[in-house]
Amino acid sequence: MTDSFTINVDGRDIQATKGQTILEAAEAAGIYIPRLCHHPELKPHGSCRICTVIANGRSCTSCTQPAEPDMEVQNNHPQVEMWRKQLIEMLFVEGNHFCPFCEKSGGCELQALGYRHGLTATQHPHLFPRREIDATHPDIMVDHNRCVLCGRCVRASRDVDGKRVFQFVERGPEKRVAVNSDAKLSRTDVDLTDKAVGVCPVGAILPKRQGYVAPVGAREFDHTPIGTSVEGGNGSLEV
Amino acid sequence: MPHTSKPKVATCSLAGCFGCHMSLLDIDARILQLAEIVEFDRSPINDYKEFQGHCRVGLIEGGCCNEENVHVLRDFRKHCDVLVSVGECAIMGGIPAMRNTIDLKECLDEAYLNGPSVYNPGGRVPDDPEIPLLLNKVYCAHEVVKIDYHLPGCPPSADTIWEALVALLSDNPVSLPYELVKYD
Repeated sequence: MTDSFTINVDGRDIQATKGQTILEAAEAAGIYIPRLCHHPELKPHGSCRICTVIANGRSCTSCTQPAEPDMEVQNNHPQVEMWRKQLIEMLFVEGNHFCPFCEKSGGCELQALGYRHGLTATQHPHLFPRREIDATHPDIMVDHNRCVLCGRCVRASRDVDGKRVFQFVERGPEKRVAVNSDAKLSRTDVDLTDKAVGVCPVGAILPKRQGYVAPVGAREFDHTPIGTSVEGGNGSLEV
Repeated sequence: MPHTSKPKVATCSLAGCFGCHMSLLDIDARILQLAEIVEFDRSPINDYKEFQGHCRVGLIEGGCCNEENVHVLRDFRKHCDVLVSVGECAIMGGIPAMRNTIDLKECLDEAYLNGPSVYNPGGRVPDDPEIPLLLNKVYCAHEVVKIDYHLPGCPPSADTIWEALVALLSDNPVSLPYELVKYD
């Protein structure tokens, strides 16, 4: 008995194995499905919705949806592309993303998704929410202005670091990442080498004293779009 | 001497830092070529304060932080066929829009009354009628008038501005390669 079967992505037959998600099967075949909250070392979360595809006629998040035999998947599809563009836009306007001075600029996955999708301006008005900065920790800072609620830090701290430093609190528009029931970061046992610190896709959790180390022109997404390495290009992207 | 047959270009800096204008000047020797193909109308580059006529392209640097910015921007819309937001401030408010997370009164109080380095014995926030009234928040250009193209960057590189200008002046759509569209 074989666990291998065929699924079709944008008209191309690819091999998938039982237990693989659509995103994983596509990636193994060199097809990049844009994503933000997904991280290969963490349990799928399915919250950012950017990896949405149409599978057998229904929209679903490809990072959580298991691949099934003979599945028909639309990834580079005008409708899907429009959804993704809208989602990326909404992530930009919901927070305070000032790329010009952000230390993460050039290596930021949200910004890189904007570049990849040709986003030059947002149609929605910016909300400019008032958010906190936690710089109490000697080695790590948390800027909630840039947080996109992907939950990577929450999952990494809980499942990899075994510390549960970060968690979600509140709901809806009030939802945010908090540390140990609202104590500041310096009063947690978070460490600079923790997975939770390294997996932030944006500039919300940053190591201190390492800002702007790579000059403009030498940063991760300066010359190659996000996803290039998956698609077999010469990019240096590691996802 | 004005050459009326040339298409006209106008530029302005609203709530910006003139960095985008610096980037425009950074096209280096191509500025001679630009002078060959266009005539500058209202612009800080020639210091014309009013429009001399109708323009093909208007370049907007900065968003709107006060009522004068809104007036100038509407004047540009009226006088330009194609209006381009140049840079992050025009596109999303940029650095000036950092005040959008804070009440205007709180901002003014901090700047003129309560700030740690403020010396203001009169306790008066500047209110001379010559000073344009501040808006409640900083608005990006396309929240105020219709904008036809957006050139992101802080500033957009000289190549980005050049490529866009050449396309627009030759009636082509602006299509920029990956490396010329950046938000910083």
